[in-house]
Amino acid sequence: MTVAIDVAGLRKAYGKTQALDGLDLSVAQGEVHGFLGPNGAGKTTTIRILLGLLRADGGSVTLLGGDPWTQATGLHRRLAYVPGDVSLWPNFTGGEIIDLLGRLRGGLDAGRRASLLERFELDPTVKARAYSRGNRQKVALVAALASDVELLLLDEPTAGLDPLMEAKFRDCIEEERKSGRTVLLSSHILSEVEALCDRVTIIRLGRTVETGSLADLRHLTRTSIMAELASPPDGLDRLPGVHDLDVEGDRVRCEVETDKLDGLLRALTAAGVRSLASQPPTLEELFLRHYAGDGPQRQEVAAAAPDGTSA
Amino acid sequence: MNTLVGTGPLTKLALRRDRIMLVIWIYAFAAFAGAAVYGFKKLYPTVAGREEFVVASNHNTALLTIYGPFYGNSLGSFTAWRDTVLSGLLAGIMSIFLVVRHSRGDEEAGRLELVGSAAVGRHAALVSGMLVACIANVVVGVVMAVVPIVLGIPAAGSIAFGAGVAFCGLTFTAVAAVTAQIAQTARSARGLAIGVLLVAFLIRAIGDSVSVTGPIWLSWLSPIGWAELTRPFGAIRWWVFTLPLAAAVLVGIAAALLAVRRDYDSGLLATRSGRPAASASLRSPFALAWRLQRATVIAWVIGALVYGVGIGSAAKGISGLLGSAQVRRVVARMGGQTQLTNAYLAALISLTGLAVAGFAIAAVLRLRSEETDQHADPVLATRTGRIGWALSHLVIAVGGSVVILAVAGIGVGLGHGARSGSLGTEVARMAGAALAQAPAVLVVAGLAAALFGLVPRASVAVSWSVLGAAVLVLFFGETLQWSHWVMDLSPFTQAPKLPGGVVSAAPLIWLCVIAAALGLAGLVGLRRRDILA
Repeated sequence: MTVAIDVAGLRKAYGKTQALDGLDLSVAQGEVHGFLGPNGAGKTTTIRILLGLLRADGGSVTLLGGDPWTQATGLHRRLAYVPGDVSLWPNFTGGEIIDLLGRLRGGLDAGRRASLLERFELDPTVKARAYSRGNRQKVALVAALASDVELLLLDEPTAGLDPLMEAKFRDCIEEERKSGRTVLLSSHILSEVEALCDRVTIIRLGRTVETGSLADLRHLTRTSIMAELASPPDGLDRLPGVHDLDVEGDRVRCEVETDKLDGLLRALTAAGVRSLASQPPTLEELFLRHYAGDGPQRQEVAAAAPDGTSA
Repeated sequence: MNTLVGTGPLTKLALRRDRIMLVIWIYAFAAFAGAAVYGFKKLYPTVAGREEFVVASNHNTALLTIYGPFYGNSLGSFTAWRDTVLSGLLAGIMSIFLVVRHSRGDEEAGRLELVGSAAVGRHAALVSGMLVACIANVVVGVVMAVVPIVLGIPAAGSIAFGAGVAFCGLTFTAVAAVTAQIAQTARSARGLAIGVLLVAFLIRAIGDSVSVTGPIWLSWLSPIGWAELTRPFGAIRWWVFTLPLAAAVLVGIAAALLAVRRDYDSGLLATRSGRPAASASLRSPFALAWRLQRATVIAWVIGALVYGVGIGSAAKGISGLLGSAQVRRVVARMGGQTQLTNAYLAALISLTGLAVAGFAIAAVLRLRSEETDQHADPVLATRTGRIGWALSHLVIAVGGSVVILAVAGIGVGLGHGARSGSLGTEVARMAGAALAQAPAVLVVAGLAAALFGLVPRASVAVSWSVLGAAVLVLFFGETLQWSHWVMDLSPFTQAPKLPGGVVSAAPLIWLCVIAAALGLAGLVGLRRRDILA
């Protein structure tokens, strides 16, 4: 597969703050790639390096086969960018900004512009100062989606959109995927990433902690089990891959590594199952496990999770 | 009055945020008053000399238009004549900026949304902005009264003089509070209030200019006129102060009535909608830069023309003003009245150079505000390169400066030529004289560009400080006899003193080379650094 974005060991410091500390990111051509991380993890910094707005302190960056720092303008013909915090010239109308950015990028499709405006219900005659945050975001989205480019860099593009518009945004991204465009979608809205992305990269404190397809990542996670048994179970704590075990008489709650599920279920059936509830792992859990506190558990997970598994 | 809850803390916060700016304003007013007293003491030590000047000035339309009439021949009246109208204007501008900054400015920046969600009343921000402006005006009034008193000017007149300026500021505090309710944006609220201020200036300019013969009543309609009409060092009319007081209270009440009728971050005038698509010409980084800066450039060009015609038409009468026998002898030694007129024009054209350098700095630093406002990011994420983006603004800074200087020079030529009867020659001569300032202006613009490229965070403060230093050198360098190398550092010391002076090409070429080198350094720096969000 051809690689649209290839980042390895990326480092960037702002004064004493280390924003990126060995970040890896690989996005294949034609895929929709989720870029996840909590606030301040380094998502925006990474994207601004990909745009050549910031210079990396170390590591390697290849974007569409070129160096974003030295070949910025040439590469920019082939990509469109939606910033996370869209700030527009207050005296310009939305329509003017869409046209201006499109033309600066190298032209935009008038038909698509019109249909996107209609779809997102955006009034192009309004001066930018009068737009709400969501509408400012729509201006940037329409400008990006109406241009004929290979790669879309979207930095939390739905942060200000209402659920209805978010759904329309998902449809748009779905169409982009079908037409073969590459999308890097930075977000912390997990349902959105789960719905749209082929693969995800999760970063924390400027480092990549997980990367792979959603199926790969699910594999690394735990399923939670709640069971009522015929008799108190025995020896569950000795089973491999069982965590947070809580036995109260004949009631059992625990979490089990998804690939060790089989062993646990055998042990439970041996004790006689009256009721069983199992909850498959969500991206949310994966996410929370990486970000919630720095307990011993999360360090163990970080150690167990190989970086850049399926790049 | 729960809409005013939190005014106290907000006022404290505003004072804290403005502490440096306020100190600079107040210092400037003090220096302005002190310089007038000190200067006139040296220039016109005798009553006879002063009386001659007063008579001449009260018959000079141009001077009456700018400064108003004299109400006496004491040093105090000279100080009041020189400072009242201009200080009134400045106090108005200061008040307008303070009120709008702390009301609509903060609303626009979104800061008040956060503050307003705390236990803060709806009108607390506006009132705190007005309070800060009131405090500033009172301090300005006190300072402008105390400085002359300390320098030996009679107390009663000095107090009336200081109070006149302060009351003028208070009136425009209320005016700004009203425009802040009406206008759609902070910028237009400021513009509207400054428009009212300029109208007040013009009304009294017309009234004063015909004061000898015509309808002086026009000056009674202007808050700036009121400050003059108290006649600080003539027969003082204290009752005149009731006019600005009443105006401030009435206009303030109007602001309060309007304030309850508008929503957060919007004015009573509705925002008009604009064009649904960009015009065909808006397709390059330069077109964008021009669109962003054209209003400023046009305003400067118009201002330069008006200013040029004004100082040009005052030039012919200038020799009559410096009419004491003593001065006439000196002038004759130096080469006669032509020389005097030339010196006057050269001084004002130098001043024009400094003002245009202000335009140039603002135009270059638009790059910086585009960067910090995050408007640069989306543009630089297109095929627009950094150099092209920066050059498009630099071209406007350079081209704009040259055009503004040329227009100011043409204005001077028109004004002077119309009265001296040689229009064609004067227009060409004065345009040339003004354009001779261009290399010095370009050095300042180049410096701003270099700072923007190399030390962006410091660029705004350092650029304006450098211009401030150049102003100090021009105004006080010679008087205070600073050593030559300090004065030579200012590019404006290197520019030829035209008309009348000698032109040599070498310094002009050097200035251009330095300007180009600085600009280049800025571009190289910009290429290598991060775009800061």
